[in-house]
Amino acid sequence: MREELLAIIEKNSRMGLKELAILLGVEEVQVANELAAMEAEGIICGYHTLIDWEKTSKDKVTALIEVRVTPQRGQGFDSIAERIYQYPEVQSVYLISGSYDLMVILEGKTLREVSAFVSDKLSTLDSVLSAATHFILKKYKDHGTVLSKKKEDEREMITP
Amino acid sequence: MRNPLAEKIVAIKPSGIRKFFDIAQEMKDAISLGVGEPDFDTPWHIRDEGIYSLEKGKTFYTSNAGLKELREEISRYTYRKQGILYEHPTREILVTVGGSEAIDIGFRAMVDPGDEVLIPQPSFVSYEPCAVMAGAKPVIINLKAENEFRLTAQELEEAITDRTKILVLPFPNNPTGAIMERKDLEAIAEVILKHDIYVMSDEIYSELSYKGKHVSIAELPGMQERTVLINGFSKAFAMTGWRLGYACGPENIIEQMTKIHQFAIMCAPTTSQYAAVEALKNGDEDVAEMRTAYNQRRRYLVHAFREMGLECFEPYGAFYIFPCIREFGMTSEEFAMRFLKEEKVAVVPGTAFGDCGEGYLRISYAASLENLQVAMDRLKGFVEKLREEKKEKA
Repeated sequence: MREELLAIIEKNSRMGLKELAILLGVEEVQVANELAAMEAEGIICGYHTLIDWEKTSKDKVTALIEVRVTPQRGQGFDSIAERIYQYPEVQSVYLISGSYDLMVILEGKTLREVSAFVSDKLSTLDSVLSAATHFILKKYKDHGTVLSKKKEDEREMITP
Repeated sequence: MRNPLAEKIVAIKPSGIRKFFDIAQEMKDAISLGVGEPDFDTPWHIRDEGIYSLEKGKTFYTSNAGLKELREEISRYTYRKQGILYEHPTREILVTVGGSEAIDIGFRAMVDPGDEVLIPQPSFVSYEPCAVMAGAKPVIINLKAENEFRLTAQELEEAITDRTKILVLPFPNNPTGAIMERKDLEAIAEVILKHDIYVMSDEIYSELSYKGKHVSIAELPGMQERTVLINGFSKAFAMTGWRLGYACGPENIIEQMTKIHQFAIMCAPTTSQYAAVEALKNGDEDVAEMRTAYNQRRRYLVHAFREMGLECFEPYGAFYIFPCIREFGMTSEEFAMRFLKEEKVAVVPGTAFGDCGEGYLRISYAASLENLQVAMDRLKGFVEKLREEKKEKA
């Protein structure tokens, strides 16, 4: 039931216990216990909402920053990653295989704010060798959901 | 001027609920639970293979019976899923234009005028007219709600005569959602063997079975050599518009079916065949994902009907549920028409699938959970209204 439960709430975290229990064919209390257990185990880390900020009046700029760093003795990349993820404007930090080490996803109000973060805070860290900033121009699909257009049901109304 | 029409065709009765269908098709703002096809798009990797085949210029006929590679994949798939081995896919498998073509040419290859074809109903709309067009005499077996619309050995035995040639076995079933489990099939197989008849087993919904693995009658001892197994890509892989199905069976039957197919159709669409190879090679996960989603919706509907107090057996196959509406004293069509007009939800009257569907509705859960929820809210209100009306009358 775990994986099926996770697959449902990954797409819709608003679904209530009662409904989840019906869909999974189990008792409500089992769902509640399973959710609590997975929260305790750190499998479920939060319940977020997917927002297309483009459609609001709020200004938001997102950037992907490829960061090359010098790993530190005994700590590898962990301590530098930790240094970086402490900043609240940093949304995600991933260790990446390939030509750079960390992928940092950053959100700011303006281009200037993001650039300032990169030049003043990120690049000045001792172990950071380089940082290449890519601004996101348009989000077509996010978290498995297509943002740009709503899909129409093209089927006939009734078919045998 | 002479009458241009063939008597045999004119005599086939058009669907009795044509009027309802026509009205429903125009209600574009209604929620439709009347659709007999998946709401999912064909998985992208399958579409991609179709596109790629076009880019490579694979735009010619294939061999009449279908791409050899596809027939080999079908053979592997049937072995992997059902444990049925078609050792000679080039002689025992025919790729058709949907399962529908296989039904049509299967009858045409197997019946002589006057031969009887047993058709359990409620079931898909094509069997009866196709049997008639092939010159057979259709004999209807009315399945019963008390048996969860499964076919019993006794019902079969009672319908068999000296002229019985073929039994159509449409499970998992459209429109009832009924399945046949191994024990049910064993009882049927015994009768089949005793009377030396053939089976056309339409297993188009085989992947959508929610109570253990689907069992095919061709798995049972002595049955493979007397069964034409029909399946296809429409339901399992959400590929209805690609029009691709297949028939597996004894060489002598497939050979004659191929002859008809060769003259009438030439070959199934080439692009679809390339896409289908990809579906069988790498589509198992997509199928499992869709099955999980259907199963959740199925549980939701069963629960919703229980709460409304609508009589309904729990269906374990396809993507339909078949509640009983006898308590309201209306025909299926009257109920469906009022429900459509007053609540803007389209469902199909059970009578579309045979006279014994009277008193039932086919509700398809090939629809998003959100739409199902809205539709069930409306149904609940509607049912309450009808019960009030009935009370006032009484």
